[in-house]
Amino acid sequence: MEYLDFEHPIKELKEQLDKTVSIGKETNTDVSELTKELNSKIHSLKKKLYSNLTPWQIVQLSRHPERPYTLDYINALCDDNFIEIHGDRNFKDDKAMVGGWCSIDNQTYMIIGQQKGKNTKTRKYRNFGMANPEGYRKALRLMKMAEKFNHPIITLIDTPGAYPGIEAESRGQGEAIARNIYEMINLSVPVISFIIGEGASGGALGIGVADKVFMLENTWYSVISPESCSSILWRNWDNKEKAAESLKLTPKNMLKNKLIDGIIKEPLGGAHQKPEVVFKNVKDCLNINVKKLHSLSSKKRIMERIEKFSKMGVFQD
Amino acid sequence: MVWFKRKNQGIFTDSKDKKDFPKGLWFKCPKCKTLIPKEEHNANLGVCRNCDYHSRISSKKYFSLLFDNGEYIVINEKLTSKDPLKFSDTKSYTERIKMAKGETKLNEAICTAHGKINNMKIAIASMNFEFIGGSISSAVGEKIYRIIQFCIRKKIPLMIISKSGGARMMESAFSLMQLAKTSAQLSLLSEQKIPYISLLTDPTFGGATASFSMLGDINIAEPDALIGFAGPRVIKETIGKDLPEGFQKSEFLLEKGFLDFVVHRKNLKNKISNFIKLVYYSKKEFKGRK
Repeated sequence: MEYLDFEHPIKELKEQLDKTVSIGKETNTDVSELTKELNSKIHSLKKKLYSNLTPWQIVQLSRHPERPYTLDYINALCDDNFIEIHGDRNFKDDKAMVGGWCSIDNQTYMIIGQQKGKNTKTRKYRNFGMANPEGYRKALRLMKMAEKFNHPIITLIDTPGAYPGIEAESRGQGEAIARNIYEMINLSVPVISFIIGEGASGGALGIGVADKVFMLENTWYSVISPESCSSILWRNWDNKEKAAESLKLTPKNMLKNKLIDGIIKEPLGGAHQKPEVVFKNVKDCLNINVKKLHSLSSKKRIMERIEKFSKMGVFQD
Repeated sequence: MVWFKRKNQGIFTDSKDKKDFPKGLWFKCPKCKTLIPKEEHNANLGVCRNCDYHSRISSKKYFSLLFDNGEYIVINEKLTSKDPLKFSDTKSYTERIKMAKGETKLNEAICTAHGKINNMKIAIASMNFEFIGGSISSAVGEKIYRIIQFCIRKKIPLMIISKSGGARMMESAFSLMQLAKTSAQLSLLSEQKIPYISLLTDPTFGGATASFSMLGDINIAEPDALIGFAGPRVIKETIGKDLPEGFQKSEFLLEKGFLDFVVHRKNLKNKISNFIKLVYYSKKEFKGRK
């Protein structure tokens, strides 16, 4: 288990616990009292720590290297029949964006999301979950296919942003995202999005224009990452915690501001502690909402989608 | 061993004796460094007479350049930003808005108006870069939303002149969602078969490029304008290499296939009016069309 900086008190107690157990075994002494005490200490510490997370700590948890990623969700949620679809038919197959057909509880879906890697090699292979224009165009191709065969779409959002590179610009990163936003608004099939990790700006919204948008408890959604915000407004990275606070990027804030539709519970300490719990929560939420969305006509659904996004914003007239 | 040596030590010109150009009378072209009287430069639509460099000009100037006789009606002029997140960095956002208003005498980073262009009705939304970097606030999104609604009601073509650093950070996700809000309206405009012209000017970046600026029936740009999704500094930091010359310039985007044409400011009005006349206002309809 990897520990984040603010989790170190837990790490220390856990180490103490491990030591106690091993000493007990070696010396054949009864340490049950002590381990019980330590366990309850750990539990109350965890409760205290995780129930009062700062926005920056939530950002840290959203990037936890052991957090489940898009393909983990796909494998866990679908009825063991995922068919991955590749390529944008123009340039290449973007490994940072994955997608394909599957069924979940016998309902067919097109499921699409950004994919991060689990170690140095796969992180590079997946470009750290930062898609290039061909990734967004691949996602759009898949969504259009879903529309053609009249099946709902799930998008799983987990990206530190669309990739900022020379090639990405040459192939129209901005245009690719703009096109996706524009086309997603008018998709005739239900679209449900889940923010499962990082929801950074246009890179996230490029697959995030949905009828219903849900955020997992330890994720963030913002116009910019706290680090970049700090570097632009304060001209250094030292204010990332303050930036995280100011950007109001936590699920609670996003729900309060009516920019998302709901929050999905995670186990104490984050999704990686008990992934199966998160998978179940996502599945339950999905099943309820897809049923509701299916009961509307596609025309009504599109109208409501447009209205929902048109209402967003605070201004003075 | 020095070759040349100062003979008299300490020759200084008193600052009051220094000869300096009086400020505000001359324009120095940042590209070719030519000095041009400001009045002449303004009369030339803010284009350098020597090298055709297009300086940034205000919404007002675009309006008087494009609308017939400089006559137009501004709408939703008072619509302005609020501070929904109580955002504060080195300054509070409320203070920033106040300052921007004071300095620019504008209420928001975009102005919307309607009038006639070579006798044909058109609505134009033009962004103000001097107002917090032309960034997209909820108010900017709302003004675009309303001008599109206006175009749909009145069945008149729309032109958006982009000049934006992208989303407005101080409104975080509110700002981000304006991308969806404006794009949604554009799709409704398109459904009504009303033309939309997107003119990208220096600079157009981020959220603008990732939504309305790139969604025109035609996307056009002024020469030499910097246009992109990620800013050059960010890209340079990410890849750790210098950027090629001409990267993210209008001509580069034209070459890559993201612009329909690059237009000199002096030809702008006629190109636009020609386009809307051909596709929208021409009376003779193709016989096969219903």
